[in-house]
Amino acid sequence: MKNRPTISKAELAEKFRVFIDPDFVITDDETMKPYECDGMSMYCEMPLLVVLPETPAQVQRIMRLCNEHGVPVVARGAGTGLSAGAMPHKEGVVLSLAKFNRILEIDPLARTARLQPGVRNLAISEEVSHHNLYYGPDPSSQIACTIGGNVAENSGGVHCLKYGLTVHNILSVEVITAEGDRVLIGNDALDSCGMDLLALMTGSEGLLGIVTEVKVKLLPKPEIAQVVMAGFDSVQKAGDAVGGIISAGIIPGGLEMMDGYAIVAADDFAQAGYPRDAKALLLCEVDGTREEVQEHIEQAEALFKKLGATSVKTSQSEEERALLWKGRKSAFPAVGRISPDYYCMDGTIPRRHLAHVLLEMEKMSEKFGLRVANVFHAGDGNLHPLILFDANVPGEFERTEAFGGSILNLCVEVGGCITGEHGVGVEKIRQMAVQFNDEELQQFHDLKAAFDPMGILNPGKGVPTLKFCQEYRSLEHKQHKHEMVEAAHG
Amino acid sequence: MADVSEKLKAQVLQARKNRQRLNIVGGGTKAFMGRTADGDAQTLDLSKHTGIVEYHPVELIMTVRAGTRVADIEAALAEEGQCLHFEPPRFGDASTLGGTLACNLSGPARPWSGSIRDQVLGVRLLNGKGEDLRFGGQVMKNVAGYDVSRLQAGAMGTLGAVTEISLKVMPSPAMSLTLVQDMPQSDVIHYMNQRAGESKPITGAAWVDGKVFLRLSGARSAVEATAEKWSGEVMEQGDAFWQQLQHMNHEFFNSDEPLWRFSVGSTASNPELDGPLLIDWAGSQRWYRGEADMAKLESMAKRAGGQVSLFRGGDRTDEVMNHQPEALQTIQKRLKESFDPDGLFNPGRLYSWL
Repeated sequence: MKNRPTISKAELAEKFRVFIDPDFVITDDETMKPYECDGMSMYCEMPLLVVLPETPAQVQRIMRLCNEHGVPVVARGAGTGLSAGAMPHKEGVVLSLAKFNRILEIDPLARTARLQPGVRNLAISEEVSHHNLYYGPDPSSQIACTIGGNVAENSGGVHCLKYGLTVHNILSVEVITAEGDRVLIGNDALDSCGMDLLALMTGSEGLLGIVTEVKVKLLPKPEIAQVVMAGFDSVQKAGDAVGGIISAGIIPGGLEMMDGYAIVAADDFAQAGYPRDAKALLLCEVDGTREEVQEHIEQAEALFKKLGATSVKTSQSEEERALLWKGRKSAFPAVGRISPDYYCMDGTIPRRHLAHVLLEMEKMSEKFGLRVANVFHAGDGNLHPLILFDANVPGEFERTEAFGGSILNLCVEVGGCITGEHGVGVEKIRQMAVQFNDEELQQFHDLKAAFDPMGILNPGKGVPTLKFCQEYRSLEHKQHKHEMVEAAHG
Repeated sequence: MADVSEKLKAQVLQARKNRQRLNIVGGGTKAFMGRTADGDAQTLDLSKHTGIVEYHPVELIMTVRAGTRVADIEAALAEEGQCLHFEPPRFGDASTLGGTLACNLSGPARPWSGSIRDQVLGVRLLNGKGEDLRFGGQVMKNVAGYDVSRLQAGAMGTLGAVTEISLKVMPSPAMSLTLVQDMPQSDVIHYMNQRAGESKPITGAAWVDGKVFLRLSGARSAVEATAEKWSGEVMEQGDAFWQQLQHMNHEFFNSDEPLWRFSVGSTASNPELDGPLLIDWAGSQRWYRGEADMAKLESMAKRAGGQVSLFRGGDRTDEVMNHQPEALQTIQKRLKESFDPDGLFNPGRLYSWL
């Protein structure tokens, strides 16, 4: 946002009510309250107002008005985001896409679906299931999260090593630009001429445009899927086993790891039959044709045993497979049960540094006096440390944030990044200064201006201002120096 | 193997000072692509900037300097039983990975294994201010900042000189075989799409000269069982056929006539054109050879849900890429300006207005 808005709340609401059902131009605090945060509930802000359009033409008019008057616009889907990317701006509009919830077209032969952005991720696969098709990316929040939000965050899920992220599974998006133009980016083809704006839009966290339609690719359902569960007495061994599978030329549909803390919590919650004494657990799902799955399952079982697994078990039925996954998929609520609050991190690392990173994390856990459980998309190096804390204890959330920040710094240090799939939003904006230098951040700002010259789309998210970064870096530097001095004296 | 990034940076800075336009050149094997290069521009030679910077087979990730030859990369991967799954077309031994990314070129496996754009994870880029920038990273998942890495695919160097690329690599399939059978053009689109909708290890579907070719690759047991079930003769020298498609040295491409590339919806009807047609990517990519009016082909492509470009030959002083709607032109012009404010890199190569 370059300047303060040039219109009052009442005037803006009145202008919206000319072309939007007045019931869906929300201005009172009580009705706006549910919009104050997304899935990252530690970060809250009340918006100026909330608006729920139902046609792309209405979105165009909203954008033109807001652009003209310099009013910030924060797009919102189901509000399941985990980085406060949909947290409102106090001088801005929350543009909810909840009414864009229709599946517009399914083409089973072409294996595509045209969707409004508010369609839930899981609803796509349910709708096309009878054509023997499904939609690939399956984030943990797939029951609730929407395809528009998936585009904004470039969501992954447990199957993305083999089937890719959102960016690999969409063909086109219809976008309303900050200036109110309606454009189709991409088409029914696999490649388009010119710069790849579709890739640029994906994962842009609502900073480049408002998505009003998405065309996704659908995949044929695999004939069969089976899971091998393997317990290990050390994280190092489990990490080596992941490398072993990949070296054998097997690309599992899903490859997940949990540490001891997460194993017990998940097993208590789901009674999944996990080996509770193991220090690390691998779930390796192989899918495809019957012949291929049988071949690869046998290979995987033998490999895990050879690499020191203390227990190996393979699902023999769909029920068993579902149960083994239930534990993993409910790991977050399971951990939620053993602690008043938890904070979910999202760093990625080159897999070879896993043991080192987990060891360092244990040390930090002691230093900050907070417990941490780890679930890990092992196939693609995406760590989800869950820091356990109690928000009612004064100062504990601040300590949690500092712990989380240190984890992300460590991820960058070993060659990884600060967010694999949850986005930067507000939450990780400080760490952007660790991953990128000022020239790179300035290039991001310049790039955004190409789409949004007035800077009205989701301002304050995703990319920090350079001034903010300098302050943060110097603070970090001082802190680091202080720690070094303490250590030298200690 | 050499790192000449400092030299490249110095040349860009000097060019900026002198307002000297630059043509980015790697192996020079794709000089025929895009619009005719600016004759007054100086060459920014990436071909000496070579070498594999990092490669950890178990991570499935490789980082290379942009001037590295594709053939050298593939040889290094083959030693570890891995490959570039997007099957990069090579128009000569000197083809580099940087050029492949700039032109967003991918081979017959593209609908199943993705394109180079899909596999790119990070880039190092010299922008028009001579800044040496890094985007993305060496991990599979990274949503910090905008996806500047994939933005380079197909931008034909208009946003800057990519000097380093990190990308995902994959295990080579245990085996491949090709099924071939006669089929009229009228039936083939439906047939290919139907096959592509089955959960079988299909990695190629093409049609040329009245024959349809399906490639199966993956675990031996799965490939053999599917070949048994599906119709068609097992083709001897099947791999050679797909390589001819990949590198575009199949006899279909052996002609001086203008070569048009239709990138369209996989199930769209074939364009009503007289002249030879080759269908690849299970219908998503269709090659047409012959003199034609670009505007007419564009409207055909639009009806087929996609675009057309003049891939080779014809008048290359005019536009060769499908035209862009005004709003997207505006965005791309502004993007160009944000990366290359003085318009140094590859002027007019992608579009006359870039």
